[in-house]
Amino acid sequence: MDDPNPRPRLAFAPRLTLLVMLGPVAAGLWGTLLPAFGHLPAAGAWGPSLGPLRMLFAWPGLGAAVRLSLTTGLLATLLSLAIVTLLAAGWAGTRPFRLLERALAPFLSVPHAAVAFGLAFLIAPSGWLARLASPWLTGWSKPPDLLILNDPAGLALTAGLVAKEVPFLLLMTLVALGQSDGTRGLRVAQALGHGRVSGWLKAVFPRVYPQIRLPVYVVLAYSMTVVDAALILGPTTPPPLAVQVLTWMDDPDLTRRLTAAAGAVLQTLLVAGALLLWRGAEMAVAALGRRWIEAGGRGRAEPVLRALGLAAAGLCAAAVTAGLAGLAVWSVAGFWGFPDALPQGITAETWMRLGPGLGRAAATTALVALAATGIALLLAVLCLEAEDRTARRMGPRGLWLLYLPLIVPQVAFLPGVQMLLLDLGAHAGPVPVVAVHLVFVLPYVFLSLGGPWRALDPRIGRVAAALGAGRWRVLWAVRLPMLLRPVLTAAAVGLAVSVGQYLPTLLAGGGRVVTLTTEAVALASGGDRRAIGAYGLAQTAAALLPFAVATLLPALLWRNRRTLNG
Amino acid sequence: MAEGLELRQVRIARGGRDLLALDRRIAPGEVVTLMGPSGAGKSTLLAYLTGTLPPGFTATGSVRLDGTDITRLPPESRRIGILFQDDLLFPHLSVGGNLAFGLPPGGSRADRRARIAAALAEVGLDGFADRDPSTLSGGQKARVALVRMLLSGPRALLLDEAFSGLDAARRARIRDLVFDHARRRGLPVLMVTHDAGDAAAAGGDVIVLAGDAPDP
Amino acid sequence: MAGPRVHRSRLAACLALALAVLAAPPVAAADPDPADWPGVENAARGQTVYWHAWGGSAPTNDFIAWVAGQVRARNGVDLIQVKLADTADAVGRVLAEKQAGQDSEGGVDLIWINGPNFAAMKSAGLLFGPFAGALPNWQFADADCKPLESDFTVPTEGYESPWAMAQVVFMYDTADIAAPLADMAAIRDWALTHPGRFTYPQPPDFLGTTFLKQVLVDITSDPDVLQHPAEEADYAAVTAPLWAYLDALTPALWRGGRAYPATGPAQIPLIADDEIDLAISFSPGEASTAIADHRLPPSVRTFVLKGGTLGNASFVAIPYNSAAKAGAMVVANFLLSPEAQLRAQDPAVLGYGTVLDLARLDAADRDAFAALDLGVATLSPAELGMVRPEPHPSWMSRIAEDWQHRYGAGR
Repeated sequence: MDDPNPRPRLAFAPRLTLLVMLGPVAAGLWGTLLPAFGHLPAAGAWGPSLGPLRMLFAWPGLGAAVRLSLTTGLLATLLSLAIVTLLAAGWAGTRPFRLLERALAPFLSVPHAAVAFGLAFLIAPSGWLARLASPWLTGWSKPPDLLILNDPAGLALTAGLVAKEVPFLLLMTLVALGQSDGTRGLRVAQALGHGRVSGWLKAVFPRVYPQIRLPVYVVLAYSMTVVDAALILGPTTPPPLAVQVLTWMDDPDLTRRLTAAAGAVLQTLLVAGALLLWRGAEMAVAALGRRWIEAGGRGRAEPVLRALGLAAAGLCAAAVTAGLAGLAVWSVAGFWGFPDALPQGITAETWMRLGPGLGRAAATTALVALAATGIALLLAVLCLEAEDRTARRMGPRGLWLLYLPLIVPQVAFLPGVQMLLLDLGAHAGPVPVVAVHLVFVLPYVFLSLGGPWRALDPRIGRVAAALGAGRWRVLWAVRLPMLLRPVLTAAAVGLAVSVGQYLPTLLAGGGRVVTLTTEAVALASGGDRRAIGAYGLAQTAAALLPFAVATLLPALLWRNRRTLNG
Repeated sequence: MAEGLELRQVRIARGGRDLLALDRRIAPGEVVTLMGPSGAGKSTLLAYLTGTLPPGFTATGSVRLDGTDITRLPPESRRIGILFQDDLLFPHLSVGGNLAFGLPPGGSRADRRARIAAALAEVGLDGFADRDPSTLSGGQKARVALVRMLLSGPRALLLDEAFSGLDAARRARIRDLVFDHARRRGLPVLMVTHDAGDAAAAGGDVIVLAGDAPDP
Repeated sequence: MAGPRVHRSRLAACLALALAVLAAPPVAAADPDPADWPGVENAARGQTVYWHAWGGSAPTNDFIAWVAGQVRARNGVDLIQVKLADTADAVGRVLAEKQAGQDSEGGVDLIWINGPNFAAMKSAGLLFGPFAGALPNWQFADADCKPLESDFTVPTEGYESPWAMAQVVFMYDTADIAAPLADMAAIRDWALTHPGRFTYPQPPDFLGTTFLKQVLVDITSDPDVLQHPAEEADYAAVTAPLWAYLDALTPALWRGGRAYPATGPAQIPLIADDEIDLAISFSPGEASTAIADHRLPPSVRTFVLKGGTLGNASFVAIPYNSAAKAGAMVVANFLLSPEAQLRAQDPAVLGYGTVLDLARLDAADRDAFAALDLGVATLSPAELGMVRPEPHPSWMSRIAEDWQHRYGAGR
């Protein structure tokens, strides 16, 4: 039978995208797996052997490092999810909730390292909070010797992760709410006599959770393996496993790379185990929840729960904001001793001194981010256009593939990628950095653009074609202009993701690609708060600017088009 | 040469099961109404005719428009206009921009503008060219959608529940306007509707599809 | 000085492995001849030199940027600093290039290096040279009184060129400590009576390990044994006093020894925040520099121990596969020039000790050094006193490893 509608189907687009996204992950994992079992010819090791595993298990800090990875990861995920759930249950559809929604983008775009720096200065015993309360309230003329930062239990690190992950999960929840008709579900539950919170939990949450499950897994995997925030807030005696893996990787003694590879494999298994544990807990909670729903209780302590959700989310927002304010003050501070609440003097010296370097790093950051985001947008648009042309939607398996690079620990495959680049004779530099950034930028761009794209009425395309417009004209002259705002938002998300990348930039760039983030984390080891403040702010600004453009540009272009400017 | 829209031995199937079969010529200026329950394949037939049959469906037979076989032409080359229940105006373009989108290329800027202004005036929307479509009333939008479609120079017209979104008073007016324009230009019209009033107003043949197929 | 951080790791194993794996590098035909200096300068013109240097200190980065401006103007060499969080990154990169068979046009042209990183690269044949003795400005270097030809007991043999002297000093806040402390025992006793007011960077950080070595050389009865590999001595017996010292000190440290600053510079905000009153430094001028740019309170001063403190030189080395060896030599030579050394010693810039013998300079340069205001907290060369040589690197590796078991990850 003939194809009645002959047209280019762009079948290559999804395949190319998968290759670009998963190729480096698969190759990198392979490059890690071999040395983990003693095969690294460059180090004179010909496997297979269990030597690296034995060396790993001989490290005295292993037990504590593994425990830290698990506890910080699980606790940060649980707290973030709880806060977002309480907030959505208690406030979805209300005015405060809409205000939070508006403020979400800036919080999303603040890089992890900047949040960690800000929080560190806020909560340290000699930090801003202590300064504000000393000595009039606390009686401290010297900071107390309290182990708040870098605590062995990883609580400071957990707090930093929660502050950063709540906005992400909230965004994902908002998207899910939009697709699952949460408002009406809640109204029905309330009409049946349930309170707001318990009604939402019973009627809406079961529909929302399956849609935010993968993002929750991303948060769990990321929290267990984070490196930059852990370097700033995490414990050091010992550090979490991922940080230790990186330390081994940096060692000039090549045999340590074998240990590092074994550690990376263990880290991957830990993440897999934690995901399984979480999945089990999901089922247990679902079973308990069904019993709770069947019991017909109407929920108690509603006002307390609502207040708790709003307060916790507000605290996250306040911590990030105050932390950034702290960075800003430090960047212009003269001498600032304890317990002064503000520096003794204000000076532009730091900015003058760092200015030229900042400018160069900002230019490189912009170049890499624009290239990676541009390619990601192109691929995402081609994939979505291919979906339209073949009318085949991405299934659950496709979604899993999309999330895979975000769930596989970075320390598990990035070192393998580095070796691969060398083997290919590819010089470290901006090109490999863009390629590796693409692995992380693509999923976010795709996820961000996919929803609005698929929500567009398909008949718009049919009408345009009936008016004589070919496929590409429909894309350029109809779809993309109508989707200008989501396209720009997806670009902003991609740019923010690229700006925040530390490990990928470091490993694929061979140290030659200096971005605001690599520079900020390098400065962190020197403890110069003024320089850290300046770079942290610059980093945040670089991530924020695209969101501002994404908001303002459509408003400007479509100022006379009400439908697109709502 | 056989003028009008000709469906020769068209059979549409879904997953190996026949959905509908039709063999019929619609003469210039004739309106044929297609009725039948949901899932009978009415909209699928229109999608087949515009060249946008969704995957999962298969079709045999051929379509000829004014004697030319268009079965294998891409949608944009078929010159079959379609109106849906919603106006589906492009929100990022002005009213004039919407009309210019469908107007075949050629002619000076001033000339094109004049044609658009004239077409708008013809449906009582004089001076609306620079308006934002979202500021228009439902009836005005429907008229813009009609003009947009007509300006693209179609040789046949498909109506997919085109009047269902309008209230009773407007419905009759817009319907008459559409049929009037179609007749004046000698366009064969295939109308899909649920509404007996539409069928009566069209005055032409009514084909009722059986609709034993399950809802897609 | 903050310095390139020297690495822990089982050095002996590393060296043996590197030797076994890596054959001697093939000598590239195009390598410049250091003895033909005009030829080197000609070849250097137009080259781009990637200098891999620790980038954790803004003043150092600024100094390197100044050097870049100078060599561009004088020699037409483009110098670009690759800022490292850890010198081992650059070592690892050259190793990786060698494994990948990239024996020329490598990505690293110059490394700020010393200690085990140098020993590893030298013994693995990853360095270009000898070249240091052929640099025109080597004539001014003070190789007699300063350890410029031996790096942590490993002979440099011209494979690295010195550019700055470092010596251990202790920074203390005179608002909290009235007078300098005489020796490591006095420091321990002060810490015990002032719990939570002292700490040191966490080994294997370079300065943290230096602190452990400073304790060892100061309290051991036989410092000479430390000049030979640890394998040749009764390691347990030699280090026993060190562990006894740390066992007593640790509970009285900042945070009870449950957390440590990550690096030397990370101690500076702790003093400024008044979290600690005493900290080790490897740069006699660091305190004055930090006071000048508001990072330390003006009440901070420095002292050295009565028995002398450890010192070493910072060097630059050129990888065997550098794409710009001539340009790298020109930079190394400029770093040795009186002008660059004067600027590096200026506390408003870096406050690093010079490697030059002032007696060999002409009168104008000598006067310029004499006129330098070293800063409120910097000791004069006479006050800095005796420099004690660094122990053999094998001590550092084993001590750092044992520290991990006792006080670090294995705590």
